[in-house]
Amino acid sequence: MATTTNPSPGVTGTLLSSDTAGATATAAAPFGHALVRAGERNTRIVGLTADLGKYTDIHVFAERFPERFFQIGMAEQNLIGVAAGLARTGFIPFATTYCVFATRRAYDFIAIGAALGKTNVKIIAGLPGLTTGYGGTHQGIEDLALMRAMPNVVVIDPCDATEIAQAVEAIADYDGPVYMRVLRGQVPIVLDPTAYRFDLGKAKLLRDGRDVALISTGLMTGRALEAAAQLADGGIQAAVLHVSTLKPFDRDAVLSLVGRVNTVVTAENHVITGGLASAVADAAIDAGLSVRLKRVGIPDCFCESGSIPYLVKRYRMDAESIAEAARAVAGGR
Amino acid sequence: MQKVESHSRASTISELQVRARRLRLHVLRMAERVGQGYVGQGLDIADLLAVLYFHEIRYDPHRLDWPDRDRFVLSTGHYSIGLYAALAEAGVIPLDELDTYGADGSRLEMSGSEFTPGFEMTGGSLGQGLSQAVGMALGLHLDGRDARVFNLLSDGELQEGATWEAAMAGAYYRLDSLFAFIDCNNQQADGPPRQVMAVEPVDEKWAAFGWDTQRINGNDIEAIVTAIDAAKTVNGRPHAIVMDTLMGKGVRLFEQREKAHFIRVGPDEWDLARQQLEAS
Repeated sequence: MATTTNPSPGVTGTLLSSDTAGATATAAAPFGHALVRAGERNTRIVGLTADLGKYTDIHVFAERFPERFFQIGMAEQNLIGVAAGLARTGFIPFATTYCVFATRRAYDFIAIGAALGKTNVKIIAGLPGLTTGYGGTHQGIEDLALMRAMPNVVVIDPCDATEIAQAVEAIADYDGPVYMRVLRGQVPIVLDPTAYRFDLGKAKLLRDGRDVALISTGLMTGRALEAAAQLADGGIQAAVLHVSTLKPFDRDAVLSLVGRVNTVVTAENHVITGGLASAVADAAIDAGLSVRLKRVGIPDCFCESGSIPYLVKRYRMDAESIAEAARAVAGGR
Repeated sequence: MQKVESHSRASTISELQVRARRLRLHVLRMAERVGQGYVGQGLDIADLLAVLYFHEIRYDPHRLDWPDRDRFVLSTGHYSIGLYAALAEAGVIPLDELDTYGADGSRLEMSGSEFTPGFEMTGGSLGQGLSQAVGMALGLHLDGRDARVFNLLSDGELQEGATWEAAMAGAYYRLDSLFAFIDCNNQQADGPPRQVMAVEPVDEKWAAFGWDTQRINGNDIEAIVTAIDAAKTVNGRPHAIVMDTLMGKGVRLFEQREKAHFIRVGPDEWDLARQQLEAS
């Protein structure tokens, strides 16, 4: 299928594109290709979608393994229920839709069908946060909060094509329900595939620094790394801790960092309540640590529609906004 | 793969009627202990469960995870009292455990879950069972197993839209190993469905969704056996057996009582209920 280029500034783009602004390298459909590799290794893996095969990249798996792929149509509750039934007969279903539909529409089906009994269902959710120019209907801005609140579910927000590919392999091997956000189409490569290793439930310190701790998840990690470079130019040494698994939350890694660098900025492609910032604050409070925390993320609102560069600036989700928050929290150095 | 058919084709109609009466006695035993419970549903579904567990379903009560077993998927979690009765009668759970129904710490929850042996999933959040049954039927087919999936739904549950998402999928994937029993006892939490949100004509809806559909008296064991046998001759379509049933069936006192989601039973009425059941 054709990949699209970035939409012209000022125009709402199609749903097909990922935000590749600033990316030096990209990979095509990393989720779809990783699922094919996993499916070649493990014949129990099956795929499902709710009329979003092309738009979540699972069409790559469907073309390779048509007999192991189930089109469910526009019916997200049934998508999750059917996936749970497949899991109960020993298969490893990867079910795809958008974040908004998986969590808002099928939440009870995830809770009772998958989470309650730790059934082996993998929910792969597209269009996380501000990765679509469509407005409140399509932007998954509170899905991480919803899924973190649900017992038994592993919640992952991968950073880039490298991590998506590695995470697919890891969650296929993990026995239990998983909710993973996915970037589709041409996806930026931020993490070096030869050096980075995704470990389920582990945060990764991508860069160390003593002045400010940038703790990020999902695609915001790419921007946090950019912000750290900008800060270094101004003499501020920023650490970047990438927390791709939001649940179970790697408290040890977070506490180890904020215990020595207590000026903290969190960055997430999500509302600033209930997601990464809340998890960091919970961990610090539970440990009795005092931190100065600024939260970069979507404020408590549904967002406008528009072009992604416009939205990223409008809601202060860019690298500059992370750097600015870091300067403020680090005392204006 | 070893074939285990613990009760398959083993029973005559009269033997199944005896089983159904025993299931009803188990239901009364459980309901009396808690002084309430879903006694009406437990009694109305006993005939179907007797046919399934002592005639139709291939399973091994001593090997519940046998991969080739037929699956009974209880969507209506509040009917668990009926399923506990069947599972106890079949030897899956001890008969004495029935006395713990609804008690704190018991495996026999008022609305049952997959943590009880013999339960294939957690029902009770209505509208989810058929979707999982579709998934199980797809999975069994993909594995080349000839095991079948039997799902119990209720008339009120048909108001949950996801039921129809699953009905579409069952027909689309031509799942002739899938059997849906729709218990029409004409009662839901807020009253009869015609006053809450009309669901009739139930059989025409299933037929319109592409299912092989029959409508029978769900308290007639011979009719249930005949309907299942007829359904098994139809290929390429899933099967809906719409069953008209009577809440409290088998106990005249309850059959005639003003119908409600919960049937109210006085402490002094249980002995009479048992007598009426044994005389039925």
